[in-house]
Amino acid sequence: MDIRVNNSTCTGCGLCRSACLYDAIEIKDTKAVINDSCVFCGACIDACKYGSIDITGQAEEKDFSDYSGVLVYIETHGRIIADVGLELVSKGRKLADDLGVTLSAAAIGSGIAENAEIVFAYGADQLYLADDPVFENNIDDIYSKVLVQIIGRHKPEIVLAGATAFGRTLIPKAAAILKTGLTADCTGLAIDSQKKILLQTRPTFGGNILATIITRNARPQMATVRPHVMEKEKINDIPSDIKDRVARIEIDSKKFKSRYKLLGTETEKGEKINITDYDVIVSGGRGMGGGERFELLRELARALGGVVGASRAAVDSGWISYPHQVGQTGKTVNPKIYIACGISGAIQHLAGMQTSDMIIAVNRDADAPIFRVANYGLVGDLFQIVPMLIKRIKEGKPLVPGKS
Amino acid sequence: MIRIKIAVCIKQVPGTTEIKIDPETNTLVRQGIENIINPFDTYAVEEAVSLKERLDADESFEEEVEVVAVSMGPPQAEEILKEAISVGADKAVLLSDRAFAGADTWATAATISLALEKLGDVKLAVFGKQTLDGDTGQVGPELAHRMNMPFVGYVSAVEEISGNSIKVKKLAEENYEIVQVRLPAAISVLKDINSPRVPSLRGKMKAKKEEIPLWTAKELKADPDEVGLAGSYTQVVKIFTPEMVHDVKMIEGSPEEMVEELFGKLKELNIV
Amino acid sequence: MHYLLTEEQQMIVDICRQIVDEKVKPLRAELDESKEFPWEAIKEIARGDLFRLFIGEEYEGMGTGIFEVCLATEELSRGDLSVATSYAASGLGLIPINIAGSEEQKKRFLPPLAGGEKLAAFGLTEAEAGSDAGGIRTTAVKEGDHYIINGTKQWITNGGEADIYTVFALTDPKKGVRGASAILVEKGTPGFGFGKQEDKMGIRASATRELVFTDCRVPAENLLGREGMGFLIAMKTFDESRPAVGAQAVGVAQGALEEALEYSKVRKQFGSPISSFQAIQHMLADMATSVEAARALVYQTARLIDSGAKDVSRLSAMSKTFASDMAMKVTTDAVQILAGYGYMKEYPVEKMMRDAKITQIYEGTNQIQRNVIALDLIKKGVI
Repeated sequence: MDIRVNNSTCTGCGLCRSACLYDAIEIKDTKAVINDSCVFCGACIDACKYGSIDITGQAEEKDFSDYSGVLVYIETHGRIIADVGLELVSKGRKLADDLGVTLSAAAIGSGIAENAEIVFAYGADQLYLADDPVFENNIDDIYSKVLVQIIGRHKPEIVLAGATAFGRTLIPKAAAILKTGLTADCTGLAIDSQKKILLQTRPTFGGNILATIITRNARPQMATVRPHVMEKEKINDIPSDIKDRVARIEIDSKKFKSRYKLLGTETEKGEKINITDYDVIVSGGRGMGGGERFELLRELARALGGVVGASRAAVDSGWISYPHQVGQTGKTVNPKIYIACGISGAIQHLAGMQTSDMIIAVNRDADAPIFRVANYGLVGDLFQIVPMLIKRIKEGKPLVPGKS
Repeated sequence: MIRIKIAVCIKQVPGTTEIKIDPETNTLVRQGIENIINPFDTYAVEEAVSLKERLDADESFEEEVEVVAVSMGPPQAEEILKEAISVGADKAVLLSDRAFAGADTWATAATISLALEKLGDVKLAVFGKQTLDGDTGQVGPELAHRMNMPFVGYVSAVEEISGNSIKVKKLAEENYEIVQVRLPAAISVLKDINSPRVPSLRGKMKAKKEEIPLWTAKELKADPDEVGLAGSYTQVVKIFTPEMVHDVKMIEGSPEEMVEELFGKLKELNIV
Repeated sequence: MHYLLTEEQQMIVDICRQIVDEKVKPLRAELDESKEFPWEAIKEIARGDLFRLFIGEEYEGMGTGIFEVCLATEELSRGDLSVATSYAASGLGLIPINIAGSEEQKKRFLPPLAGGEKLAAFGLTEAEAGSDAGGIRTTAVKEGDHYIINGTKQWITNGGEADIYTVFALTDPKKGVRGASAILVEKGTPGFGFGKQEDKMGIRASATRELVFTDCRVPAENLLGREGMGFLIAMKTFDESRPAVGAQAVGVAQGALEEALEYSKVRKQFGSPISSFQAIQHMLADMATSVEAARALVYQTARLIDSGAKDVSRLSAMSKTFASDMAMKVTTDAVQILAGYGYMKEYPVEKMMRDAKITQIYEGTNQIQRNVIALDLIKKGVI
């Protein structure tokens, strides 16, 4: 495996050097020279106007024609089917249709048989059910064992799962057992119509850049997606005869002994706030400038019947606690109204709120990226605008004569 | 005296989350990006050192504990290994080789597991929750699987640790779970778990003098098909900034006018 | 700017800077309000090995000099003078042990102080004995193999928080100043109590309390040196520690200068940043010049003491006086540059001004310092 610069076409323009995030390219004697820091990300290849850079020596693509179908892992909490599974069934339906293959779901838990049938209302063709008391608690070693059994037997080409707290340890373990690739926290999934492979898109460098990733030379192509990133879409009611489409996996409990001892649970002390439950979220970012100033946003949230959210910068600065964080490393929300105050709009944050029905952004900086995703943008001082808005809502008196 | 090791796996990342692409040239804008230790990893290092101190103070525990910081990266990643030593890691080792380049989380886990096997007697591997640049948090569970160890992620407190087991409090979906597993095991830790200490003077002096061994693919006896890009199952094919999403309507005027118009929109939606 | 520091000295500065940025700055305003002792910062300073700077290598110290202490103290003072004072006062409290302690006393008391597990305090001042330290009235009467201490010390820094106190008491009241001795008293000794924490103008998070001795029995082996040596020990201690007070002043002034400079670049009036106005420029220039001058004097004094020079009282007094007078002026000017905002507690400079005042007062008021300088000048000439 090697990366080479074609010296006859290289002009030493340096575009590749500017593109390289890893400091791996220098221009020596008017030619690009790539050093050991290269990680083969391909940014230079895209940047080069002359097609002078090439990666060679990659292994031949294996034949995966025996892998077919999309499988969605259905996460359960007790007997409840987690929403994220249904969101992914809806997305999986579209991917399966693009490929012309079947969509199946795999549910693991105890006493979940009846509730798991909901997947058929969202577009699943087939349900694999591992329903046994041994799966009473979500534990990654025994869950991954049965999930891998299902995948091994039915060979889906794509496996999707929710990037939940449990998903994040279960799925990497499953991928490791299967010796296949896994892309976490995808914000976009699509099918490359030519190569018929899954294009997995996710933010990278925590900031303003997206990366598209593919799974090379291994199957299934596994991807996790955070809750609320995809939308669940009920297609029809659960059909009356689905018996043929539900396959129960026989479980020999002796073969499912876990290495983890679950000794107990504890509730989160302090606020038990779940901002995803609210229709209105008023969020503050670095522009708030301090924890006490969030009181202003709390007032507005109260006036609108909503809750306060925050960007990572605000939480990291200690201005507000983590349960309020919206974004790639916080919660993904899609309320009716999302009001972003003093938030610049890094991708990391957008990933957490861009599916909101209406986004209103208030920022001093007219160039802030948040204005690209907002429905309505106000360039101004939030410490003037927000108090005025609160006053307008509370007092009901127009601020500008002749308008009401 | 039996020596057991706590390995803390750390990564050097670009020190900014503000990397942008220049829209005209479609290339990355590198504005004085410094390299730093992945912020989540500082908590991992602190936890490893704290656990060693706990075990040292425990009279019933007879083995000697050594904290070894491990990093896979280019030669300059040595900086973060020295940082780890300055805050209490006993030793460090750098895994660096052209052959490791382009590794995804799986190939990274493969490489690091070879190093931990070479170190020997690793009873606990500690990871930060996720990296600033990769964000996946996958290397920990994948490595644990390769080494046939249980993995517990999102640990917010280590309640008990002994020679053969560890009991932790971990963050689950809506609450915390108390879980116990036998050692050897791997864990990833949250920021809540501790408050990383500042380097000590003696620590910095030790770090300055320390010669950190560099292990190449050869020293690790790595199979070239298992490491680097060759050993990766996923690959980045494109990096880009997202398109402008849709037409934003800018509300303009004096603050009073802007608020009045905004109020009107909220009223239309029956929010007010 | 480069002060020709060695790599190790630079490490000291870097560690202190990190502590200031991560543990001190976020908390300093709150601690000023609550007057709570800055334990978190002190613990971090201990973990950074900085208490080892006061102590020799044989006793788990770094074996470095007063110059290194000045570097650490200055850097901590940039962040918060309460934290720096708590640190420096522990040093002050243990220097008598370095000077006059027996091998056994050093082995017993210094290691925990080096590790910062325990703090020290210096107990000299009394209600009737401030500048006139010779007027102390606390007594230590020998009874068998104990001393019985009676009296009250006033305004003792780290009082109540420290574990080890170097207390100056009259073992022979008839001899006046020559009858004073230095005795180590540990917190928790029966008969040793504390008054309430004083409510001060500045360095409010630094603990300042009375030490109350009521028939306090202390083992005779806690006596430092011989009876009657108390004053000599105290004076020698001050000669060594005085540059560190100068360093405190340099640090707090530096911190104030940085705030004023930042602000002047950001604050716009009449369409321009105020840093473009000559009035402000001249103020900043004068502030920066005087900080550098004080720093040079403090560093030079510290280096001289570390080189083993014997006759350091005059220079020591000069460095403390000049730096503290400078700090009072610079912090006041900083408030002036921030003007209305500088007067508000929301900004850190008013606190720095309130904090700076103490440097002109403690460890010998600047008036006493001037006496020392003048008398030395007259006796020995300029050189």
